[in-house]
Amino acid sequence: MASERRMASADLWSGLAFALLGGYIVATAWDWEYLGAEGPGPGFFPLWYGIAMLALSLALVVSSLRAPWNPPLVPFQWRAVGRALSVWLALALAVAACNLLGFVVSLALLTYFIVAVMYRRRARTAAAVALALGAGFYAVFPFVLGVALPTGIFGF
Amino acid sequence: MEVVSGLLSGFALALEPVNLLWCLVGVLLGTLVGILPGLGPPATIAMLLPLTFNMNPAGAIIMLAGIYYGAKYGGSTTSILLNVPGESASVVTCIDGHQLARKGRAGPALGIAAIASFIAGTVGVLGLMLVAPPLAKLALAFSSPEYFALMAFGLSMVVLLAGRSMLKALLAALLGLWIATMGTDLFSATSRFTFGQLELLSGIDFIVVAIGVFALGEVLANMEAREEAHALPVPKGVRKLLPSLQDLKDSRFAFVNGSVVGFFVGVLPGAGSTIASFLSYGLEKAVSRRREQFGSGVIEGVAAPEGANNSETGGALVPLLTLGIPGSATTAILLAALVLWGFKPGPLFIPEHPAMFWGLVASMYIGNVMLLALNLPLVPVFAQVLRLPVYVLYPVIFGVSMVGVYTVSGSMFDLTLLLVFGLLGYLMRKLDYPAAPLILGLVLGAGMERALRQSLMMSEGSLAILASRPISAVLLGFAIVILLVPLFSRINAWRLRALEPR
Repeated sequence: MASERRMASADLWSGLAFALLGGYIVATAWDWEYLGAEGPGPGFFPLWYGIAMLALSLALVVSSLRAPWNPPLVPFQWRAVGRALSVWLALALAVAACNLLGFVVSLALLTYFIVAVMYRRRARTAAAVALALGAGFYAVFPFVLGVALPTGIFGF
Repeated sequence: MEVVSGLLSGFALALEPVNLLWCLVGVLLGTLVGILPGLGPPATIAMLLPLTFNMNPAGAIIMLAGIYYGAKYGGSTTSILLNVPGESASVVTCIDGHQLARKGRAGPALGIAAIASFIAGTVGVLGLMLVAPPLAKLALAFSSPEYFALMAFGLSMVVLLAGRSMLKALLAALLGLWIATMGTDLFSATSRFTFGQLELLSGIDFIVVAIGVFALGEVLANMEAREEAHALPVPKGVRKLLPSLQDLKDSRFAFVNGSVVGFFVGVLPGAGSTIASFLSYGLEKAVSRRREQFGSGVIEGVAAPEGANNSETGGALVPLLTLGIPGSATTAILLAALVLWGFKPGPLFIPEHPAMFWGLVASMYIGNVMLLALNLPLVPVFAQVLRLPVYVLYPVIFGVSMVGVYTVSGSMFDLTLLLVFGLLGYLMRKLDYPAAPLILGLVLGAGMERALRQSLMMSEGSLAILASRPISAVLLGFAIVILLVPLFSRINAWRLRALEPR
């Protein structure tokens, strides 16, 4: 029951998020030309799918408030979600660090974090995997394939 | 005669050493991707697409198609040995395949999967070769209203079969349409939904969304668990992998069933290989004399779905190449690939680029032979891939995804967008929103808007043009009926039952 309530609640919040987006699309498209002398304007298509998004999201909100929801395929486990979001955050930091440290070093640091922190392997294993991966990417992409990657203060 | 001469010219192209090499690379990569749980063909093709920009388009499409159908072969290995589907099309193979492995018959199960995949995959290509050219000729009569109706029909089919909640599938499709309309409107030069960002004036690149939603979204979802699954051992030696004569006899109908069901389901937009394998398994069980044993490890319970998901590939390429309408996430990415290389899939694709079409068809025949030759003796080797630690695999996927996106534009802004779409893909999985309608909405969005606006320009603003032309009226009628399915409780119950095991 708890997991059903959680999914219904997730539907409620995601429905509200879609309703906000639908409202934004309708409000924005309202200011663009709908029908002109040469046919439909730039506002025509967005207005209609915006209205559809608004209507459907409100239907989702109402259904999540009224009916018992189907049980979710996988119940929410906040600890697991936390793991995934931690990795996403580390990835975001790696992307942000690309300009300063370069792609290869950023990827190696991300790899170290994943191996050592997320999968709790020994620091030596994590360092070896991170070094191998960084070197492998450098060898394959910039060196062999000639693909330009972001470079940083180390020059690669 | 046209078919024979086309096929001969296709073989001439596909048998060029460089194209044979790309075919081999594609099927090998596809097999590996199929084996690795959590990395599907859409993610792989999206990640590798930017790296094909400098390739000869014929070699590139041969390789990407090889990944597409090669993954179907590989998916069975993980289903049988791990009881975890390597990709969604192999879900149903787990039922009897893993039971066979637990009884010590992993070898024959893997062998029959490879043989069924080869037979049905070849039949699927035969169907593609025979159906696509006449359908393309028929589609030459299509104009903007028919195209709009066809795209609306395709999108509604995807929505129908994409997830348990049609509301959520529709919302995902509309989100795809919204992303598709970002950037400068080509009719009026108005910038739409750019939030003042110059980088968004040319719109959001399809590859960024596809890699974010599929590759990053999948990996983030997989990283929730720290534990890794353990595979059952594979018998060594080809002889131990070969099914017995009795196994082949038991699978006779399954080969035919998988081939036919898979192809026809593939042609239908939105249905996809998962539905094909479930339908084929259900049909096999329904006509079997030992239906009560299904689920406990019967060989035809592996042959039918594995055949169907391979035959589906040929079917799925029919609407893609003849109408320019993709029916699944993978074909949507293949459509984007063709467009990026300068081709326009649709009725004129085969007449204007016969070498590409027939070369692809011929390469699929060759690829299926390669896969059979590789899969029977090398399954124990491929199965070793399952020993690759995920803490090595996932950073590799992150790295390839970032390189793939950065290669397209050389823009750090696109890498930031990749993060946004990665998070979106993960959240969609958690909240049970299907990703396929989003991708289809994104791919079809610009074409749908263009077709609708051109239709209304033809009719001076009257929507009646969509209902007054027979083909568009019928297709839109179907689309409306499909979208009303939730209101018919019995049909909706059938739909949910069909999707439940996913």
